[in-house]
Amino acid sequence: MGWYNKRLAKSLWVFHVSGSPCNNCDIEILDLITPAFDVERFGLKLVGSVRHADVILLTGMLNQKIAPRIQRIYRQAPKPIFVVGVGTCVSSGCVFKDSYNISHDRDIIPIDLYIPGCPPKPEAMIAGVAKLIGVLNG
Amino acid sequence: MTINKIPIGPFHPLLEEAEYFELKVDGETVVDIDMEIGWMHRGHEFISEMKTFTQSIYLVERICGICSTSHPLACVHAIEDIDNIEIPIRARYIRTLVGELERIHSHLLWLGLAGHFIGYDTLWMWVWKYREPVLQMFEIISGNRNHYGMMRVGGVAKDVDPVSIPDLKKNLDMLDKKMVMVANVVRDDPVLRSRLKGVGVLSHDDAVAYCATGPTSRASGVPWDVRRDEPTDAYDLVDFEVIVLQNGDVYDKMVLRVLEVIESVKIIRQCLEKLKTVQGSILNNVKEISPGEGIGIYEAPRGEVFHYIRSDGTNRPIRHKVRAPSFVNIPTYTVSCKGIPVADALITLASVDPCYCCTERSLKVVNKENDPCSIDLLKISREKTERIRREINGSK
Repeated sequence: MGWYNKRLAKSLWVFHVSGSPCNNCDIEILDLITPAFDVERFGLKLVGSVRHADVILLTGMLNQKIAPRIQRIYRQAPKPIFVVGVGTCVSSGCVFKDSYNISHDRDIIPIDLYIPGCPPKPEAMIAGVAKLIGVLNG
Repeated sequence: MTINKIPIGPFHPLLEEAEYFELKVDGETVVDIDMEIGWMHRGHEFISEMKTFTQSIYLVERICGICSTSHPLACVHAIEDIDNIEIPIRARYIRTLVGELERIHSHLLWLGLAGHFIGYDTLWMWVWKYREPVLQMFEIISGNRNHYGMMRVGGVAKDVDPVSIPDLKKNLDMLDKKMVMVANVVRDDPVLRSRLKGVGVLSHDDAVAYCATGPTSRASGVPWDVRRDEPTDAYDLVDFEVIVLQNGDVYDKMVLRVLEVIESVKIIRQCLEKLKTVQGSILNNVKEISPGEGIGIYEAPRGEVFHYIRSDGTNRPIRHKVRAPSFVNIPTYTVSCKGIPVADALITLASVDPCYCCTERSLKVVNKENDPCSIDLLKISREKTERIRREINGSK
């Protein structure tokens, strides 16, 4: 699928999913598309439905109520889809890892790229996405 | 009359967080609204009971990314309330400074999103551009754009470097000018005025009946502000006005938030002036917390945030209760959404600046007749003894 990915990398459409986060990664993601950082110069665009998306930006620790919904969203997405986990919650659980309400199933959604930080700086997110574009370009 | 249901969420392009609403509509008119929460519940109160007091400050910071000063501040107020711990005067000014910066950042964030919700993306892009200097100020003061980690029991963690004060002031001057401009735009723009005036009205009586707090109640003419009425930190040492508007519609809530930003800039200026002259320590060393209970409140950008902490003399709380302002503001939808067109529903939902991450602590509605907790313990204990006695007698 090398040729396909290469064409995808020209303009990645991004769908943002929040799986019980603290909101902070989410507002930093929204910050990315405003004039200060403006990721649209890389062709990135925030879309309203996962059916249009090439990339899912996932934030937050998945709790037991939201985990099935996240799984459903992943199944609805057209493949190939790349999942980017934004924030420490997705990678290690941050302060919530001892909670009773956290879904411990790691197979709910396969994650391709982690961007650690609580929250990651917008520069780190841009670096992560640029890395993804680089990989897709081969 | 046929009533249709319109589901919104849990993943809706306009909701930043996962949340589920069900609008019941008759034609174009909303007749009722139902909501389901719990998508964001992470069990903060439970985790806090496993952490030490200092750790739990970092934990409550992560209740919500936008209120990441309000929750730690209310938490340290609660812990300080147990032992009546004194806070150094310089630390009080720094706390107020960080708290007010957060108010600016939160109100601007809301203003931009509100513009986005009504299809006014120019306002969104502008306002978020002007919000950027506030985040830079946070970075100068605390080293991080969000999640500042500034609060400690008995003071603050980091001092404001006197060298950085001119930089902060320069950012503030720029922000002040732009905010006066935004305030004029919001008040003069004919589109915003006709779009938002008279939409989603929350009357004074309803605001009182639903115990609404913060800008939601102040826009409806309820003059309550924790900063003025129960001052903590340096709020009794600075001059500011509490802004109260009367109409209770979305337009008034928008204007109120812009005016509050200008007031916050005033408070920050006074704090920076004082930080030049007031010297001294920033942290009282607190060795231990005695048994007891404490209550901490703070006027978060969305309203009054409340923390309750009970200590048994060890280094960790045995009960930590959090009540965020959105918890009481969200039920006002049931009155403000009734009778409005569907097109206005979303901006009405957004008008209270709901924060579901803050809200979703557990709530239990107790039905005393069927509740296992209210069963007479003595009675069931006696019944068990009786049962065992009967079994033993039967086996003989």
